[in-house]
Amino acid sequence: MQQKDIRMKRFEGTQDYVATDDLKVAVNAAVTLRRPLLVKGEPGTGKTVLAHEIAKAVGAPLIEWNVKSTTKAQQGLYEYDAVARLRDGQLGDERVHDISNYIRRGKLWEAFESPELPVLLIDEIDKADIEFPNDLLQELDRMEFHVYETKQTVKAAERPIVVITSNNEKELPDAFLRRCFFHYIKFPDRDTMQEIIDVHFPDIQKTLVAKAMDIFYEVREVPGLKKKPSTSELLDWLKLLLHEDMPLEVLQDRDPTKAIPPLHGALLKNEQDVMLFEKLAFMARRKPV
Amino acid sequence: MFFSFMDELRAAGISASLKEHLMLLEALDKDVIAYSPEEFYFLTRATFVKDEGLLDRFDQVFAKVFKGIATTYGAEETPIPEDWLKAVAEKYLSEEEMKKIKALGDWDEIMETLKKRLEEQQKRHQGGNKWIGTGGTSPYGNSGYNPEGVRIGGESTHKRALKVWEKREFQNLDNTRQLGTRNIKVALRRLRRFAREGNADELDIDGTIDGTARQGWLDIKMRPERHNAVKLLLFLDVGGSMDPFVKLCEELFSAATSEFKNMEFFYFHNCVYEGVWKDNSRRFSERTPTWDVLHKYGHDYKLIFVGDASMSPYEISHPGGSVEHFNDEPGAAWMQRLTNTYPAAAWLNPVPEQQWGYSQSVRIIKELMNDRMYPLTLEGLDDAMRELTRKAG
Repeated sequence: MQQKDIRMKRFEGTQDYVATDDLKVAVNAAVTLRRPLLVKGEPGTGKTVLAHEIAKAVGAPLIEWNVKSTTKAQQGLYEYDAVARLRDGQLGDERVHDISNYIRRGKLWEAFESPELPVLLIDEIDKADIEFPNDLLQELDRMEFHVYETKQTVKAAERPIVVITSNNEKELPDAFLRRCFFHYIKFPDRDTMQEIIDVHFPDIQKTLVAKAMDIFYEVREVPGLKKKPSTSELLDWLKLLLHEDMPLEVLQDRDPTKAIPPLHGALLKNEQDVMLFEKLAFMARRKPV
Repeated sequence: MFFSFMDELRAAGISASLKEHLMLLEALDKDVIAYSPEEFYFLTRATFVKDEGLLDRFDQVFAKVFKGIATTYGAEETPIPEDWLKAVAEKYLSEEEMKKIKALGDWDEIMETLKKRLEEQQKRHQGGNKWIGTGGTSPYGNSGYNPEGVRIGGESTHKRALKVWEKREFQNLDNTRQLGTRNIKVALRRLRRFAREGNADELDIDGTIDGTARQGWLDIKMRPERHNAVKLLLFLDVGGSMDPFVKLCEELFSAATSEFKNMEFFYFHNCVYEGVWKDNSRRFSERTPTWDVLHKYGHDYKLIFVGDASMSPYEISHPGGSVEHFNDEPGAAWMQRLTNTYPAAAWLNPVPEQQWGYSQSVRIIKELMNDRMYPLTLEGLDDAMRELTRKAG
């Protein structure tokens, strides 16, 4: 068996992704020990992107399994298309005699039998039913499963790197958690944010960024916001500002009567939040300065 | 290795197991980290903590266990000069104690006592800041600390800032804190129980295959769709002493409405009597007799009260005790009827749990609820939901 030594390549973040020290340690531990890495954090802090970046850094193909509320664990292993076989049987198709014609491989199977060591991303595991993680315990632990229909056992030649993201909508079972490394991506502080922006917009004016960040963190501080803007929203907003060639003065002269930042649509995703800002602006107008 | 650490973690309520311990050792064995305290902290954190609500607690445990150990290496650290410690010791230990220790003649002993003192002091200052305050309540008072601010948590004369785990950045994620709508939703989801009810409009593939195999022809079977079958009856205390908690209750309520299809809510004031109402502005004109509620909604409904249970004890125990009207029967009788009709019941109290003991009425209500009173925090809500699902079984 050809063991590809990827331990040499430590994950240090990539050109497009700023990784904090604690994240690096967690990723390296998960990659070295081949245990799943469970990533949680506010929406928009780069949980899914992390898996892409790990794959890029390690030079491995990425297999994505997006979990929905209807996803069953079995679908990740394989599915037996009984309806197709039934139809073929009634039509007298030859294929019907071989049951393996009707076995459809799932993402996990794909990852186990991938010729190159892959990174498997199980995205938003908390969207599925509560029992979903439990049904994957054995499979992720031993990296093998049994196909009852064909009586074969699928076993990973080498344990794939598994990244699991969760938005905390459901609690995950203890037994499942025990097998994972865990990392909580906290909202980046200003310095980290600056680094992230530098990575994404290398040519952007420093003053513009500084102003934009002031406004951004101010917006985040406003109490009662339904959805606080996060990293991905800030990046979108900056992109818009650049695209629109927004003059710096617009950001600079912060008129309290215009509490809503320009192009706010990128930052505020909720009509209640926009209303809140309009209300604040209205109140600022009424107050004699 | 690190057994005491594991014990401490477990004592702090972080369920560290052998599995994780072995994982940590394996990771150390494979040189996942460079040997620096920070990286070690990151690694242990990734290994043992699986819930961001526990991160803050983990930081505290880590600081406690590796205090002193982690500071003995690392380039920019300098040892604390002994005479400085002596000076501090003199400030912190009473003369009597000093004499006693001097009689023992053991410097280690002095240090030990000092350490304990400092730890005690730190515990009293749980504000999250690692600086000893000037307005402390400790018997060793503020005079012991000079205005330059001798730092105790960091044990330092060196200039380094607080260590990562001492910053306690995850403090506001601690799940004993009070909750927002989203958190409430997550907790309420515990109650979900799926069942198939209603119109059969989904193709039951397994059933169809089974039926076809038995019959020899295509035998289509349908079944109803799965949906949440939990039924909820919510009683909310309004007015008076509950006013400060209105926002909290609103959040709970808005979370609950979107989470359940079968949910009925009623308002009451202080204690449930013969009438409850649905619209607070018309509370006197449009009342629903509690008997009707009891008759209309079946035993399988789960009952949740939200209220501070703070009132005069007479409002519960005596007929005519109500502050708003004359009640023929005591509130306790109505409470009993409700809890008898709905075996799955819980009372959520927005008042912090520590204060429950001071109010007689809270104790009475708690007794009437068979102890099923929970604080309105994420943890309390979680416990309450667990209790409700347990009874459902």
